[in-house]
Amino acid sequence: MPAPSIDIHHIAKLSRLALTAEEAVKYQDQLNRILGHIDQLSSHTLEAEPSAHAMPVFDVLRADVARPGFTQDEALSNAPRRAMDQFQIPKVIE
Amino acid sequence: MSLATSTITALRQQLLAKEITPRDIVTDVAKAIDEQNASIGAYLSWDLEKALVDADKADLSQPLGGIPIGIKDNMNVLREPCTCGSRMLAENYTAPYDAGAITKLRAGGAVPFGRMNMDEFAMGSSTENSALGVTRNPRDLERIPGGSSGGSAAAVAGNLAIATLGSDTGGSIRQPAALCGCVGIKPTYGRISRYGLVAFASSLDQIGPITKTVEDAALLLNHLCGKDARDSTSLDVAVPDFTAAIGRDIKGLRIGLPKEYFISGIHAGVSAAVNAAIKKLESLGAIPVEISLPHTDVGVSTYYIIAPAEASTNLARFDGVRYGHRSAAANDLMEQYMMTREEGFGPEVKRRILLGTYVLSSGYYDAYYLKAQRARTLIRQDFEKAFEKVDVIVSPTSPTPAHKLGALKDNPLAAYLEDIFTIPVNLAGLPAISVPCGTAEEGGKQLPVGLQIIGKPLDELTLLRVADAFEKA
Repeated sequence: MPAPSIDIHHIAKLSRLALTAEEAVKYQDQLNRILGHIDQLSSHTLEAEPSAHAMPVFDVLRADVARPGFTQDEALSNAPRRAMDQFQIPKVIE
Repeated sequence: MSLATSTITALRQQLLAKEITPRDIVTDVAKAIDEQNASIGAYLSWDLEKALVDADKADLSQPLGGIPIGIKDNMNVLREPCTCGSRMLAENYTAPYDAGAITKLRAGGAVPFGRMNMDEFAMGSSTENSALGVTRNPRDLERIPGGSSGGSAAAVAGNLAIATLGSDTGGSIRQPAALCGCVGIKPTYGRISRYGLVAFASSLDQIGPITKTVEDAALLLNHLCGKDARDSTSLDVAVPDFTAAIGRDIKGLRIGLPKEYFISGIHAGVSAAVNAAIKKLESLGAIPVEISLPHTDVGVSTYYIIAPAEASTNLARFDGVRYGHRSAAANDLMEQYMMTREEGFGPEVKRRILLGTYVLSSGYYDAYYLKAQRARTLIRQDFEKAFEKVDVIVSPTSPTPAHKLGALKDNPLAAYLEDIFTIPVNLAGLPAISVPCGTAEEGGKQLPVGLQIIGKPLDELTLLRVADAFEKA
């Protein structure tokens, strides 16, 4: 694999981070160095099934019964902005 | 002497003998905080009045009755802050519920008291990534306490707490315990509920205690472990009495020494202390066996793909809608997301979100994430093979003693590489403990060194047995 080079502006947009110009330069450089190290993985033939986690636990289901949760007020208690007992966000539709 | 210098086990005897009250303990801990927290910075906040109310109500018939426990600031405790060391949650978040581990602690009679500083969202190994304050190593105030549970370890080592809870994703309990000179255990993945622990890398995160003695760690584990229906990854397995491991011998136990872990590049003082520890284990009747963990060299790379990938998705929840910081400057929803996150997150968190987003982005998934998941399987299989021949594996916890504050500030890669001995344990989901094993000289100071003991899945009993025998020898 060729030496990686992050398109930092594209990745920042996907990450939903409004980086400053200085940050973009700094992170591009730092991440390229980190990826340079991580790329040692490509030099290994890794013949094994992938595991998403270490313990052999799969498809855990709970009984399909109602259980207590937050009240509306509790759920909204940390909302940066609320209106009419709902989370308020900037206008989405023109 | 201040009760804050004592252990859970000793305080419980005094409580049951009616020599002291829970209020006395909380008062002494608060006094220690008042006197020393300005220089050590272990606590971000503490609510004495609330703790005194809880202490007065504590059920002394419970095994942890009346014992205050400091909580890393990434676990929800009802009506307390939960900042995660981040500006994102610093000013406008109050926990509306108790985490699963906290519910268990309370049932055991313990009193949650104080919020411990940490690397922002548990990302780091020095606590220098906290946006909310500096934590210093009580053994040398010029040095880092380790991290990410640096506040939890510094408080215990500095006698500002009886015991604390930390969380460990790649070494974040064991490494600060080692650097500060206390005991820290990360149990098997799934032993303790992660419900209410603010998620960093969900397949790796695990809560555990930081204590002054192995016996205290065992006692706390008794009241932290167990299935929680609200965390589907918590294991539905029997919880033994972990204190049964205390006071036993270790004759004939086979101690694995991975040849890949005893390498050049380890600090000479750390090497000497760990080798002396192995001799001591031998003198107690343990049998050293050389083993091999051939995929050790890919551990750090694997971790720094998987952990940021999971972090980038977990931290997507911080968007300024439901809780936490919200940018005042945004004009539309996309701007609100972009600016809220830009303003709320610090540099290390941004670095890891960017890295995680990159490795999961279109066209790179197979090259990075899938490959890392294959490597994780191989790392786990290395341990499985090794455990056919040995009962536990020992190593240094960290290749170096505590650095000076700021030493690795502009070199994130160098900092990542120091997690080499702790990371494979999380990738394999194994339990491991760090116990103090002497000191190493650095810059004219004697600094604590930790011995890491790694066990088979769900075999915390053997870990604790070895650690306790070593501690008391």
